[in-house]
Order: sequence, then structure tokens, then C-alpha cells
Amino acid sequence: MSSRQKFILSSLLPALLLVMIFTYYPFFKGVVMAFQNYKLFNLKQVHFVGIQNFVEAFRDQQFLAAMKNSAYWVFFSLILQFLLGFILALFLNKKFWGRGVYQAFIFYPWALSGFLIGLIWKWLFNSQIGVINDLLLRLGIIEDRIGFLSDPNWAMSSVIVANVWYGIAFFTIMLLAALQSIPSELYEAASIDGANGYRKLLYVTIPYIMPTIIATTLLRVIWIFNDPTLIYGMTNGGPGGATHILSSLMLNKIIYDGDYGAASAVGVIMIVMLFLYTLFYLMVTKSEKVGDF
Amino acid sequence: MKRNYGYRFIKVAFLSVYLVIMVFPLYWIVITSLKPQKEIFSYPVHYWPEQFTLQNYVNIFKVSKFNVYMANSLFVSISSALIVIVIAICSAYVLARFRFRGHKQIMLAFFVTQMLPGFIALAPLYMMMSNLHLLNQRISLILMYTVILIPFSTIMLRGFFQRIPANLEEAAMIDGCSQLSALIRVIIPIMMPGISSMFIFAFVQNWNELFLAVMFIDNESLKTLPVAMNSFILKFNVDWGSMSAGTVLSILPTILLFALAQRFIVEGLTQGAVKG
Repeated sequence: MSSRQKFILSSLLPALLLVMIFTYYPFFKGVVMAFQNYKLFNLKQVHFVGIQNFVEAFRDQQFLAAMKNSAYWVFFSLILQFLLGFILALFLNKKFWGRGVYQAFIFYPWALSGFLIGLIWKWLFNSQIGVINDLLLRLGIIEDRIGFLSDPNWAMSSVIVANVWYGIAFFTIMLLAALQSIPSELYEAASIDGANGYRKLLYVTIPYIMPTIIATTLLRVIWIFNDPTLIYGMTNGGPGGATHILSSLMLNKIIYDGDYGAASAVGVIMIVMLFLYTLFYLMVTKSEKVGDF
Repeated sequence: MKRNYGYRFIKVAFLSVYLVIMVFPLYWIVITSLKPQKEIFSYPVHYWPEQFTLQNYVNIFKVSKFNVYMANSLFVSISSALIVIVIAICSAYVLARFRFRGHKQIMLAFFVTQMLPGFIALAPLYMMMSNLHLLNQRISLILMYTVILIPFSTIMLRGFFQRIPANLEEAAMIDGCSQLSALIRVIIPIMMPGISSMFIFAFVQNWNELFLAVMFIDNESLKTLPVAMNSFILKFNVDWGSMSAGTVLSILPTILLFALAQRFIVEGLTQGAVKG
């Protein structure tokens, strides 16, 4: 082995070994569990049961509701985070008095965990003494207090509001960086051609930052889809499963039921959905050359 | 030049409303933590406490071992962040500077980890830790936090390395440095801003991690802050005073660090995102 090969191998080995042993190996073991009746309180009886866990999942009302909720959760969280983040990035792109304040304050949710953000919003949304109810009452917008987190009709929208609040900063950061990389000559040329602000946005700004838009929106979906921590802190799927998304349902099956087989089946279904989604992602990014590495 | 007052009005209104919405939850949790119990539950809601008190903070240290949890979190988060930085510098450097067989596959393997729904591995990991006799030991968390952050840190640091011209270390090697000493003496000092931001990012991630800590640690004296907060909800369902005081103490270090390193983190993350 040449010294170059030795150097490469010894530098990569710790990272590769650790990831293989403690990420890929348990992950594949988890996938295998989806085909077993793996229950924490009955470990002696573990054996393969074929696709029984999957059949049961699709018969379970809570699972079907969680599928639907996941779609709402991902779609509305993404659209609102993106639109608000984009508008904010456009506004913050030009220097103005007080811009520093924004840089100090709007990114801070990123330093917090989804779990704590869930707790904070649970407190804000509290139906008895929550400040949001109080504000809405004082402003005369509502007559009676709303059980934002206890009323199944409100709960999903409420967790999405918290998630949007959490995620806007991500898009603001990414899109702001992209906006600042646009050469000013492009705008000058557009001005000479007689383009107004709106047309500049449509024909210069958006095309230029398209790769960033595609990369951020598509990668973000995976993250929103996979992360249950905010929901765990805020409602833990309640009331009556109204705010369970697939990942929080899976987590509940592990922590409270100890039913690893059922939880893994949910996980495998999530992987299939992510796989299909990634195929779509690769198709879209092919033309934009985002996914090259 | 004609001034567009409509646009300016919308801009100022949007930015002001947004700032209030971003800042208010933080304000509210801090103000709640400083209210006496009866004021927290008073109606109508007090937007400014009639009486300030540190009682909630005293309570969480008296009722629970909050100082122990904080020390545990600090120890686990810092150790793991340090280890992950060392390991990721090695792998990122090699992946940035060399092309070799398996290069693409390794990058892909690191990328894919970012997409896996991690909870599927939770149960097998629990059993692995049990077999290795690492349950209820801080090392289990340090190990797992390191593993989780290796792919992301490698991808990010690789981006930083790629922005440093390779002829810098080539020059050092002509002057008689080995590859390793060129890396340590020439490249790493230049990379320091990127490395410190990665360190802070790793620290914040570890500081906030909840579920592995819940699974692996049962021993009261080894629990981390998120686990303690989690048991707060289970134990004192309505004690929002303690909850808010605990929340303020849990988020204080990360907010401070984040404010310090914000510029670097933002730069680094965008670099990674633009590159895919």
C-alpha cells in the first residue's frame, strides 16, 4: 500500500466504521424488525410474521389518520415557511436601519430544540390561561376561549403554526445567502431593458436562485417529515391522535407500547415514501444540477 | 427617483409584525419564569408581572437536581462535539483533496444517513448498548452523538476545505512538511472559523438531543437537561413556573453560543446547501 493510500484509509476509517456500526447496522436491524412480532414485553416469542405488521398498520385508523396528518403537516409547513422566509429574505436583502436587530432575533429558534419549542407553544396556546387566547379575546376577535390543543379541529393547525414559526428562519438564511450572491450587473442590465421591480423579481431574481430554492424546499421536506420532536413536546399526538404524524406515531409505539415490530413497519412505510420522493427530487434536480457532488 | 410608499409601508409592516411574533414567545417564557405562582395562573393575564420573583428558579434546583443535569449536559455535549470535530476533519480533508475508488459511494453513504428516519434504529441501538454494557453510562450518549454528527460535519467541513486552495499545503510539503503536518500547521489554522462554527453547531445539537438520552439513561444522577425537562411534563403537568424556569435555563447557553457563531454557521450551512 502506498503512503497515499495509507493516509486516505487511516483518515476515513474512524468515521466510516462508526457510521457503519452505529447507523447502518442498527438501521437495517430495525427494518428486519418490521417483519417480526417484536414486542418489548414478549421478547421470548419473537419470530418472523411476514407482512402482518404492515397489514395491521393499514387497518389501524390512527395510522391512516397519521398519514393524512403527515401530508397536511409537510405541505402547509413547507409552503408557509418558504413563502414567509422568501418575503423576509427579499426585505432583508437591502441594508436598512435596524437590520442587525433582525439578524440577532429571527434566527434564534434555530438554537432551540423542537421539544422546547413545542413546550413554549403549548404554554402560549393553553386554553385556560394561555396568552394567545387572552390576546384574541382582548382584541375582540373571539368571544370564547379556544382549546387550540384540546379541540381536535384546531390541534393540527396549531402545531403547524408552531412549526412554521420554527422553520421560517431556515429559509430566510438560505435564500438571503442566495440573494446576496446575485451579481448587481444583472439588475443593471434589466433596468436598462426597462424592467420594473416586479419583472426583475420574476426574470432575474427567481431564476438565479432557483437551484437554492429547489435544494432547500426538497431537503426540508425530509426533515419536516422525519422530525416528531415539536409534536412530542406540544401535544404528543393528542387529542386522541389528532396531531399524530407518522414519525410521532412511530415514536409513541416505541416509547409507550414497546411494540418495535409495529413501529418499524411504520418506519419502513416512511422510507418507501421518502424513496419515492427522492426519485422525484433527483428527477427535478437533474436539470438544475443541484445534486452534484 | 420616485419613492414607492406602498411598498415601503408593506415592508415596514411585515418586518415589524414578524419581529414581534419572533420575539414574543421568548419574552413570554422569560416573564412567566419570573412570576410568582398565583400570578402565572391569574386571570386576566398579566403582561408585566406585578411582582418579580426568582422562586421558580430556586424551586427547580430544590425539587430536582437541575445543577447535576446541567453539568451532565455540558460534559456530554462538549466531549462529543470535540471528538466529532477531530474525526470529521480527517474524513472531510481526505474527501475534499483526494479522488479514489469508493469516493462517490462514501459521500453517498454520508448523505443518505441524513434522510433515514432515525427512530427505526432506536430499538436495535438500545440492545447494542445493552450488550456493550453501556446503558446508564454517559459514554453511550457521547458515542451516539458523535456518530450522528459525523456525516453532517464531514459534508460541511469538506465544503470549507474545498474553498482553500490546495497549493497552500503543496507549498508546505515542498518545504519538507508531511501531508499530516501540512494539514495541521497550514490548513487547520485557516479553517478555524469554520471549525469553531461546526463545534458550536455540534454542541447545540447534542445539548438539545432528547430521545436517545431518554432511552439510554435511567439513572437520576446521569440524566441530561432535555430528559429532566421531559420528566417535568410527566411529573408536574401544570407547574408552568418550573417549566418556564427550566426552559430559560436550557436555552440560555445555546442562544448565547448561537449569537456568537451565527455568522459562521449561516455561511457554512448555505455553502453546504448550495452545493447539495
